[in-house]
Amino acid sequence: MSAPAAESTGARWRRYWTAFNTIATRETRRYLRIWLQTLVPPAITMTLYFVIFGSLIGERIGPVAGFDYMAYIVPGLIMMSVITNAYTNVVSSFFGAKFQRFVEELLVAPVPGWIILAGFVAGGVGRALLVGLLVTGVSLFFWDVSIAHPWIVASVVLLTAILFSLGGFLNAIFARKFDDISIVPTFVLTPLTYLGGVFYSIDMLPAFWQQVSLANPVLYMVNAFRYGFLGTADIPIAIAYGIIGLVIVLLTGIALVLLERGTGIRT
Amino acid sequence: MTAALRLTNLQKTYRNGHRALDGVDLEVAAGDFFALLGPNGAGKSTLIGIVSSLVNKSAGRVEVFGHDLDREPEAAKRCLGVVPQEFNCNNFEKVIDVVITQAGYYGVPAAQARAQAEVYLRQLGLWEKHQTQVRELSGGMRRRLMIARALAHQPRLLILDEPTAGVDIEIRRSMWRFVEELNAQGVTIILTTHYLEEAEALCRNIAIIDRGAIVEHAPMRTLLAKLNRETFVLYLQTPLAAEALRESPYPMRALDAEAVEVELREGDDLNTLFRWLDARQVRVRSLRNKANRLEQLFLDLTQPATAPPTAPGVPAAQAHA
Repeated sequence: MSAPAAESTGARWRRYWTAFNTIATRETRRYLRIWLQTLVPPAITMTLYFVIFGSLIGERIGPVAGFDYMAYIVPGLIMMSVITNAYTNVVSSFFGAKFQRFVEELLVAPVPGWIILAGFVAGGVGRALLVGLLVTGVSLFFWDVSIAHPWIVASVVLLTAILFSLGGFLNAIFARKFDDISIVPTFVLTPLTYLGGVFYSIDMLPAFWQQVSLANPVLYMVNAFRYGFLGTADIPIAIAYGIIGLVIVLLTGIALVLLERGTGIRT
Repeated sequence: MTAALRLTNLQKTYRNGHRALDGVDLEVAAGDFFALLGPNGAGKSTLIGIVSSLVNKSAGRVEVFGHDLDREPEAAKRCLGVVPQEFNCNNFEKVIDVVITQAGYYGVPAAQARAQAEVYLRQLGLWEKHQTQVRELSGGMRRRLMIARALAHQPRLLILDEPTAGVDIEIRRSMWRFVEELNAQGVTIILTTHYLEEAEALCRNIAIIDRGAIVEHAPMRTLLAKLNRETFVLYLQTPLAAEALRESPYPMRALDAEAVEVELREGDDLNTLFRWLDARQVRVRSLRNKANRLEQLFLDLTQPATAPPTAPGVPAAQAHA
């Protein structure tokens, strides 16, 4: 019974791939196993948004930026569900692993921090995209979907899911009790999302609040996503990509440093 | 020969200022069955935590089969399997998935991991439960699952941190047979346990840690040879007269009308004791060691000289556990 003394570069990368695949598979299995908690609620919530804000209230609001109110809010609502689910999946899963202590299975194994991070992020992205697809499917009952720039839609939703999965991971690293994993979603994420231009164009705000809104990173994601569908946005698309990319790099760097130090997971 | 585990000046001070390890030097030879013993709070779990990468050390060096845990963490970890003291499996996973997932972290492909998992789960008597969720397992089954999980990647060094705590005697014995077979196949075993008779029966070498430092490190045989006294309890058919008790050449005290406790020192032997009792027409019905030999040594090495003696009838190891 023995592990090989030396490991070739190829073997090491195959081991990394298997480890990543194992974490990502376990994460996927987790949210699929509890689909009633993870996949159904966002579909129901968004259906209610479509009915109430889109059909009932939206018809009285009139066009925004030249589009029906329903068409205007659908991309934002899809993005809202993607953001919430990416964040929630990773924060609850990684904190659960800490709480039940089975995160130790990863810590004793030869799995580098970046693979642990990538595996959990893959789980968050998977759930976010699945929920995004479900919500898009539901939205088809309420509007005739048109996609102006499919690649922008695909890339923005992917990058946003990655960004908020990273955010959820960082939250879980610092969390010590269950309250700590609900504070950020409730008091930070929800206000940022609601004030991120999901339901309105920032052109509708007074000049001061327009400037304040520009400090909200969610605004850039919602607008970039909307641009992908409708071909119109409140902010230049290149700036949106730049900010999303910058935040991803920043959060990844912080997460890797914390994993290396063992913050929140080693004594 | 490369040591399976080498610790050099290992130190750990927790944030609250508690110094758990105070410069531990330790070497465990490849292929050994090694006991690491110590009272609660001595630093055993901290030491194992550092070797397992679950605790950050304050200073010192850890090498697993020559691989420095700081410089070659992946190579070191690939050689190591750990069965922790506290249960740490995902309660919502199936038994077989726990083992396969752990193997996956070490890069073992799923098909190979599944085959390997079946072998270990069968050997540990868990195969019938392989599709059961972990939370439905009994305490003993959970302990065995953690052993199967630790072996998922076929480590060269297996650390068992009190693996039989709370396990009934039949399962405990089957677990030891299993671990002995692993050792016979070449796996180095490091064991911590509060059942000292197990350590004495299974392990070839031993280290005793107390207050963060190694106070003894020797082959089991050498260590036991150091013991210069042994206490026996004799159950008598005829009571020993009070006068005879006072005249006894051995330290002796009556436990009740039919039992006495006798301490034999180096050079004493049971034949002489029996002859002395025979001369006083005292018949001995049976006798037993008051404490396991290793237990006695353990207490000698770890109890302060001023500590009160163990309460009568309470086994020494239990008093420490």
